[in-house]
Amino acid sequence: MTPHVHDHDSDHSSVYDGLVGSDPSHWAFGTDFEDPLAGVDTTLADGVDGPTLAAYCLMLGDDALVYSHRLSEWCSRAPDLEEDIALTNIALDLLGQARLLLARAAAADPGVVPVLPDGSPIPPEDALAFFREAGEFRNVRLVEPGNGDFAVTMVRLLVFATWRLAIMQRLESSVDPVLSAIAAKAVKEVTYHRDYAGRWFLTLAQGTDESRRRLLAALDLVWPYRGELDRVSEVERRAVDEGFGVDPAAVAAEVDVVLEQVFSVSGVERPERPALAAVRGRAGRDGLHTEELSRMLAEMQSVARAHPMGRW
Amino acid sequence: MTATLEEQFESTIAGHDRIEPRDWMPEGYRKTLIRQVAQHAHSEIIGMQPEGNWITRAPSLRRKAILLAKVQDEAGHGLYLYSACETLGASRRELYDKLINGQQKYSSIFNYPTLSYADVGTIGWLVDGAAICNQVPLCRTSYGPYGRAMIRICKEESFHQRQGYELLMTMMRGTEEQQAMVQESVDRFWWPALMMFGPPDDQSPNTAQSMAWGIKRDTNDELRQKFVDMSVPQAAALGVTLPDPELRWNEERGHHDFGQPDWEEFMAVVKGNGPCNAQRIAHRRQADEDGAWVREASMQFAARNERRVETR
Repeated sequence: MTPHVHDHDSDHSSVYDGLVGSDPSHWAFGTDFEDPLAGVDTTLADGVDGPTLAAYCLMLGDDALVYSHRLSEWCSRAPDLEEDIALTNIALDLLGQARLLLARAAAADPGVVPVLPDGSPIPPEDALAFFREAGEFRNVRLVEPGNGDFAVTMVRLLVFATWRLAIMQRLESSVDPVLSAIAAKAVKEVTYHRDYAGRWFLTLAQGTDESRRRLLAALDLVWPYRGELDRVSEVERRAVDEGFGVDPAAVAAEVDVVLEQVFSVSGVERPERPALAAVRGRAGRDGLHTEELSRMLAEMQSVARAHPMGRW
Repeated sequence: MTATLEEQFESTIAGHDRIEPRDWMPEGYRKTLIRQVAQHAHSEIIGMQPEGNWITRAPSLRRKAILLAKVQDEAGHGLYLYSACETLGASRRELYDKLINGQQKYSSIFNYPTLSYADVGTIGWLVDGAAICNQVPLCRTSYGPYGRAMIRICKEESFHQRQGYELLMTMMRGTEEQQAMVQESVDRFWWPALMMFGPPDDQSPNTAQSMAWGIKRDTNDELRQKFVDMSVPQAAALGVTLPDPELRWNEERGHHDFGQPDWEEFMAVVKGNGPCNAQRIAHRRQADEDGAWVREASMQFAARNERRVETR
């Protein structure tokens, strides 16, 4: 029995109650790991190939996972509290999307999940996030580099969110009902991300000489990564054929129109910078990444990998 | 005239009613409050760092989401509290400068390093637990905006405490290495957590006046006792040992007897010589300096648009 502790702050005493053996509904995020797709029917629709769907979900999931990680590095370092909170929100939204997409990939093809020691309690989403090598990640290179200053972060976010929103809007009509539902959630979130970045783009363009100078430099830095977003990988081509994926080339024009609008309102010229080359035809979607990704993963995966039988 | 205002103030305090921003208040009361609320706000902002240290290494995606959301809540608490300070006539900028220049303090607990992922749980359980013990009585503090901010903050802190405890419980169900990690973390944080209630009553110079004004409702030693009494059964349920050989239940007092923290270490940390004092302030200063051009751009942009609206 626990000794009774007299509490004279009865009006707000509820915050003390029930740390031990109380109603589990009081625990935010639950009391245990829960499959983000728990209760969702993950049966494949007719004509959908499991491994292709899994590979496709990993692409979109890794984009969100890696970019969320980069944005989370702003936490406690942003220009002011409001921006700290906003950037963390965006990182959290993308982390949520990553969890759903990795879980969808694992359900569509358990073969994509790295094999862990027998009896390891690590769930598939974490095995995918923490136990794959850099070359097994399928994200575009845009999301990998360090954040740079606030201008670089806002330009990268504008490009990323504009592109992802265009993809997610079309994915709402995916023949895979799970992917379609994930996209519907993502559209709401990414719309905010794009607006947030767009507002800051305008503010920095028309703020001070320094902010404009930094913004233009950021645009030059980020723009070479823009071209890769229009490339169509073999997996994406099959995903389009099977009716569950989006052709990135088909959204390229729309992405450019939105970006042109932001540039024009801000009084900024579209940068004339050529796209980053691929390496013998391989880029991020093929597992060919920047040098920065493996260093980022070394940090991100360090604790999880030290405890392959760990329970978190 | 002043006598009448002072009488009104005294009678509000005596009746346990709230003092509101437009009410007359003695200069000493205003100054004490600014000092206390600012110190509390700074603690939230500096407190983002020790846990933020583990965001990029969180060992599961669920834990990463929980930790990001928690650190984001701390930024939010900082915002409410700086706003409460603004109602007393102290601007956020002025308070930031005082924090960075060392003219105002923050809770010394954040000058201890976080050395393993278990520290994220221990900080939730013990540090947030101790903070709640300190803060719950403040929900009834005499200054309205502070009291109302505290009601909201306490509710969120209690979530954090539960989440921290839940992380430790999960790790205690994990591998032996994980269990050892939890015990080691509790060993390191138990004494600093006890120090969070401040020096013993006979060495606390500000307590008497703060109690008379209703800013503070319980003495340091009363709160420390309450915290120990609460924590003992929680430690037992968790399966960890609290590192105090003098800790035992005293039937006669109806409370636990316990040993004293190292008050020399406490004074060293308070005076700026803790393991992380310089690091925490340097981090804050760096973020503030790096963000200066962004805040300036935002102000210029807003000012220009205001003029545009006026000339329309």
